[in-house]
Amino acid sequence: MTNTPDTLPPGKIGRRKAAMLPEQPPQLWRSVKARKSYDVIIVGGGGHGLATAYYLAKNHGLSNIAVLEKGWLAGGNTARNTTIIRSNYLWDESAAIYEHSLKLWETLEEDLGYEMFFSQRGVLTLAHSVSDVRSKRRSFYANALNGIDCEWLTPAEVKKLVPIINISEDVRYPVHGATYQPRGGIAKHDWVAWGYAKAASDLGVDIIQGTEVTGFNIQNHKVQGVQTSQGDIAAGKVALVAAGHSSILANLAGFSIPIQSRPLQALVSPLYEQVLNTVVMSGAVHVYVSQAHKGELVMGAGTDAFNSYAQRGSFHVIEHQLAAALELFPIFSRAKVLRTWGGIVDIAPDASPIIGLTPVENLFINTGWGTGGFKATPGSGWLMAHTIAHGSPHELNRPFALDRFITGHLIDEHGAAGVAH
Amino acid sequence: MLYIPCPHCGLCNETEFHYGAEAGVAYPDPNALTDSEWAKYLHIRANPKGWFAERWVHFAGCGRWFNLWRNTITHEIGLAYLPFTTQPKAPGNTGQEGSRA
Ligand SMILES: Cc1cc2nc3c(=O)[nH]c(=O)nc-3n(C[C@H](O)[C@H](O)[C@H](O)COP(=O)(O)OP(=O)(O)OC[C@H]3O[C@@H](n4cnc5c(N)ncnc54)[C@H](O)[C@@H]3O)c2cc1C
Ligand SMILES: [Zn+2]
Repeated sequence: MTNTPDTLPPGKIGRRKAAMLPEQPPQLWRSVKARKSYDVIIVGGGGHGLATAYYLAKNHGLSNIAVLEKGWLAGGNTARNTTIIRSNYLWDESAAIYEHSLKLWETLEEDLGYEMFFSQRGVLTLAHSVSDVRSKRRSFYANALNGIDCEWLTPAEVKKLVPIINISEDVRYPVHGATYQPRGGIAKHDWVAWGYAKAASDLGVDIIQGTEVTGFNIQNHKVQGVQTSQGDIAAGKVALVAAGHSSILANLAGFSIPIQSRPLQALVSPLYEQVLNTVVMSGAVHVYVSQAHKGELVMGAGTDAFNSYAQRGSFHVIEHQLAAALELFPIFSRAKVLRTWGGIVDIAPDASPIIGLTPVENLFINTGWGTGGFKATPGSGWLMAHTIAHGSPHELNRPFALDRFITGHLIDEHGAAGVAH
Repeated sequence: MLYIPCPHCGLCNETEFHYGAEAGVAYPDPNALTDSEWAKYLHIRANPKGWFAERWVHFAGCGRWFNLWRNTITHEIGLAYLPFTTQPKAPGNTGQEGSRA
C-alpha cells in the first residue's frame, strides 16, 4: 500500500524506505512435549513469562524450566500492545523499576542476539489544561530528581519536534506543553517475544503451547505442581504470569487478588510515508500514537468501562479516541483504519504491578501491569526470576508486593488518566 | 456498545451509564475488622470469567444505581434488579457464578 492522492502526503520529517525485515532462523524454539516434572513452571507464555524463564536460566543457572501457554506464544497482550517504552513515572519506586527495564532494553538485542527494532525515538506526553500542566511538570521534576532523562517542552517546541501536530488554542484539547523523554521509544512486540523464546529455548527451557493450567496441587500451603489440559505436571516452584487471567488462576490456587480485567484496544493504519518520528501520548484524550518502522500509524485507545474477557472492545471507545486524534493531527483525517483489536488488561487499584510472593509457598505472582507493561518486559522478567530463584523479592520489586494493599503503601500511578501506556 | 436495561428507563446506550464493578458488597464495620479484612473490603472485587452480577448507574438518565447480570465472555446481558432486593439466579450455566453476595 503506497501513497495515493487519497492518503497522507510524504512526511516533512523525511522519507524512510520501509526497512527490510531480517531473515528468521528456520526454528526459533524447540517443540517439545511436557515432562512429568520441572524445577520451575511458568504459567503464561507472554513476554513477561518468557523473559522470566530466560533470566532464570541465564542469571540463576536453572534449566529445568517450562513455560506453559494456553493458546499460542505472545497471543495475549504481548503482541497486542502499542509498544510504547518509557520510564518517566512519578513515584520513586516506579521510576526505579521502569528505568531498570529501560536500561535492559538498551542492550537487549545484543544480549539475546536477536533484532527487535528497539528504537529510542523519544516519547512526548502532552498536557492540555492547567491541571494537566501542573501534574506533568510535577512528574518532570520528580524524574529529574530520579536521574531520568526528561525535558519540558513549550507548544512551539512540541510543534518543532512534531510538525504535523495542531497547536492552535481554538480546539477542545489545546496543547499547553509536554514532557519529553528522549530515551523512550518503541520495539516490535512479537519479535520481543520470539527473541526471548529463542534465547530461553537455547538455554534449555521447554516452551509448551496449547496447554492450559486448570488447577494447582497444593499440600500444606505449599505448591506441588499444576493440573493442565494435558494432565498433571509436578513443580518445585510455580509462577503465575498470566496478565488478564491472573484472578482466575489466583482463585484456583485459593486466594484472591485486587485485579479487574478490562478490554483495551488499539488500531493500525495502512503503510504511509513517514510523518511522525517520535511517540506522542495524551492521557487526557486517550491518544497514543507512533509510526512503526514500515510506516503504519499505531494508535492505542482507552479501556472499556466494564470487566471483560472477550479480547474485544467497544466501537464508541475507538470513535472517541479518533475524534481527539483528528483534532491533534488534522492530517490523519485522510488516513484509513486497517485493523482494530483488543486485549484484556489486568488493572490494580493503584495502577501499579504486583510482583512477588503469594499466600501459597513456592507460588509466585506477576500481574497488574495493566495498560503499560510491555515496556517492563525485560525488567519484569529479570526481577521475577530473582524473586523465584531466591524465594524473596529483589529490592526493586519489594515495594510491589501483594501485601501493600494491607499495609496501605500503594504506589498510585493513575496520574491524570486511568490509562498509561 | 452495550444496550443496558435500566430498571427505571428501559434499554439505553451504554454511554449513558457508569460502571460500578461487583454488586452486593456490604459495607462492613471498619472497627470490627483486621487490616487484612479491611484491605479485602477496600480493594478486592470479584473478577469472574462468565456471568457477573455488577453495578451500573444511569447517570444520563434517571441517575439511579441498579444491579445487572452480564456475561464477561460473551457480553450477553441478563436480568437487571434493584439494590437491596433478592439477587436473581445467574442466567444459564455458561460460566462461574459471580457475586459473593
Ligand atoms: C491494546 C493494548 C495496548 C497496550 N499498549 C502498551 C504500550 O504502548 N506500552 C506498554 O508498555 N504496554 C502496553 N500494553 C500493556 C502490555 O501489553 C502488557 O502489560 C504486557 O504485554 C503484559 O505481558 P504479559 O506477558 O504479562 O501478558 P500476556 O502477553 O497477556 O501473557 C499472558 C499469557 O498467559 C496466558 N494464560 C492465561 N491463562 C492461562 C492458563 N490458565 N494457562 C496457561 N496460560 C495462560 C495467556 O494466553 C497469555 O498468552 C498494552 C496492552 C494492550 C491490550
Ligand atoms: Zn434509568
